[in-house]
Amino acid sequence: MSLLSVKDLHVTYRTQAGAVPAVRGVGIELSRGEVLGLAGESGCGKSTIAGAILRLLPKGTDVTGQVMLDNQNVLELKPGRLRAVRWTEASIVFQGAMHALNPVQRIGDQIAEPIVLHGQAGEREALVRAGSLLEQVGLPARRLKDYPHELSGGQRQRVMIAMALACNPRLIIADEPTTALDVMVQAQVLRLLKELQRELGLAMIFITHDLSVLVETCDRLAVMYAGRVIEEGPADVVFRQPAHPYTRALSAAFPEIGDARFRMRPSGLPGDPPYPADLPTGCTFHPRCPQVFAPCSHVDPPLFDVSPERRAACLLFDGAPATVNAAGGTVAKEDQPPAEEQR
Amino acid sequence: MNDPLADVSPSPEATGPLLEVRNIHVSFTGRIGLGAGLIGKKATVARAVDGVSLELQKGEVLALAGESGCGKTTTARAVMGLERPNEGQILYEGEPIWNDLRAYRRKVQMVFQDPTGALNPRETVYESVAEGLRIHRVAGDERTQVAEALSSAGLRPPERFFLNYPHELSGGQRQRVVIAGALVLEPHMIVADEPVSNLDASVRGEILALLMELRRRLGLTILIVTHDLGLAWMVADRVAVMYLGRVVEIGPAEDVLIHPKHPYTKALLDVVPEIGGAGRPILTGEPPDPTRIPRGCRFHPRCPIVASGRAQKLGILGRCTDQDLALEEAARDHHVACYLTELGEEP
Repeated sequence: MSLLSVKDLHVTYRTQAGAVPAVRGVGIELSRGEVLGLAGESGCGKSTIAGAILRLLPKGTDVTGQVMLDNQNVLELKPGRLRAVRWTEASIVFQGAMHALNPVQRIGDQIAEPIVLHGQAGEREALVRAGSLLEQVGLPARRLKDYPHELSGGQRQRVMIAMALACNPRLIIADEPTTALDVMVQAQVLRLLKELQRELGLAMIFITHDLSVLVETCDRLAVMYAGRVIEEGPADVVFRQPAHPYTRALSAAFPEIGDARFRMRPSGLPGDPPYPADLPTGCTFHPRCPQVFAPCSHVDPPLFDVSPERRAACLLFDGAPATVNAAGGTVAKEDQPPAEEQR
Repeated sequence: MNDPLADVSPSPEATGPLLEVRNIHVSFTGRIGLGAGLIGKKATVARAVDGVSLELQKGEVLALAGESGCGKTTTARAVMGLERPNEGQILYEGEPIWNDLRAYRRKVQMVFQDPTGALNPRETVYESVAEGLRIHRVAGDERTQVAEALSSAGLRPPERFFLNYPHELSGGQRQRVVIAGALVLEPHMIVADEPVSNLDASVRGEILALLMELRRRLGLTILIVTHDLGLAWMVADRVAVMYLGRVVEIGPAEDVLIHPKHPYTKALLDVVPEIGGAGRPILTGEPPDPTRIPRGCRFHPRCPIVASGRAQKLGILGRCTDQDLALEEAARDHHVACYLTELGEEP
């Protein structure tokens, strides 16, 4: 049974310039103890999904669809019940630990706060628990009395992780948890997260733009582009043999050292990720796609099975569900590219 | 597809290095209050660059890699003449760069990490690119020169971008404007400090490919500062790895990145995430502090060879902890500062 089940999630921000559809129909299934990586570039909607799952988005944002967390629809919860779900069922480790901690409060008090608020312990007991949480994330308990500025970036990120664990949630959403950190410290924090996940049997959603980080940490990978998941499957398969041309480009941006294909050959995609309020017609990736062919500009393919365990949203693959184009017709077979391009 | 490997090897007939950095030291002094000064407290001194020597041949791409605080950016800034070394020399075509800094800065241009910060938000693309021409009072038709630079940087047709302001451009386009601003002066060398780390993953490759194309077409020499060894693999002929203000390993990219000979380089390579890499050792502790450089080999407090007892077994521990060391040739063109090297041991 899945712990988290997101169905047909749409999120539209209301801005002065008009509606900005940031997430356009995303489904996610996550079982207990499973780690899902959500990859994509800035503006693809990955952080918005994190916000939508715990209803942390600004007021007035349109959120439709279903977010079932442990059999309750988070999108319909009353405020009191929602507060109980946050921290105890699911919690978030934000990017930029520098700004997420209160600079004028001791970190011990910050970690203990949710424990007390959720009535899980009295203040004294909560502090003791905060101490053991700190030790769990690899900091000595005496650092409870420190203020955030007394800690390094990596230590602050560890404190953020301790806070996320404070109320024993079953799901942790880590939104770019290591982006601002140095390489060596990044590796330390990643290992810590992975160890905690395994020890505590946590389910995790790991959000980042760095595909190579995900491949080491996650069981499954979902790659997003322009508000949709465009490829999904087991992490190593998606990274090693990407199906969607976009995933292929992303994984080439983080080549393995020693891989002769990339020696002296940096490769990227022309153009930029589209602005969510001004999306191209058809497949949103087609203006940048190296393998674009006729129907791509007017047919928007849904995510479908391209092999067992793996789904992709790309017309290059046989078996795309009969896709109705803007003019009301289906994809003509003669528009298909030659077979050798399908791999 | 043309083969980029075919015509990129640095010309061997070059007489000397284009740029030579000779044992430079750059230190920064912290501030102390008047009271603390009166009672005799000394300001802390951070030795950001503590004896670095490098040579760049014409047409070569050298990557300077390391953790933050290792001095790689300070080295690059010193090469640009933006920091004055306390000691040491920087020679360009055999001349100290300080003799005629203005002329030097026309030939050597810098591309910074953050294109948004590097561009004046109230200046159009045209103004930003033309600024260098005006500062250096370059003769010729300004409009044509700006258009050529923009188009070389991949902004085509260039006229379309003349009147854009930075906020109207994407991150990748802004970095191209910064590169155009450097190219407009027809430099011989570019110093690029983390040129793609602020860009989206799919855009990075294009900017790197642009730098490679410029090197091939214009014969540019490039010093690229990066923390990303995967990036070095994609663009660099040679790689220099820095730790606490020193180069600890330097050599051809294939040698340094595939057969590292310094334990620190190996540790850096070990943390590049990859499939099935979960069991690899990770150095403990924070990036080191340049105000407190350890005795002996500056890496010894974090060195896995010391920690595992192997250094003691090999009988080098005493020197590791007590005796500073310089780069030694470990293989052809491959220099390493580690006591393992003379024993012929691998980290």
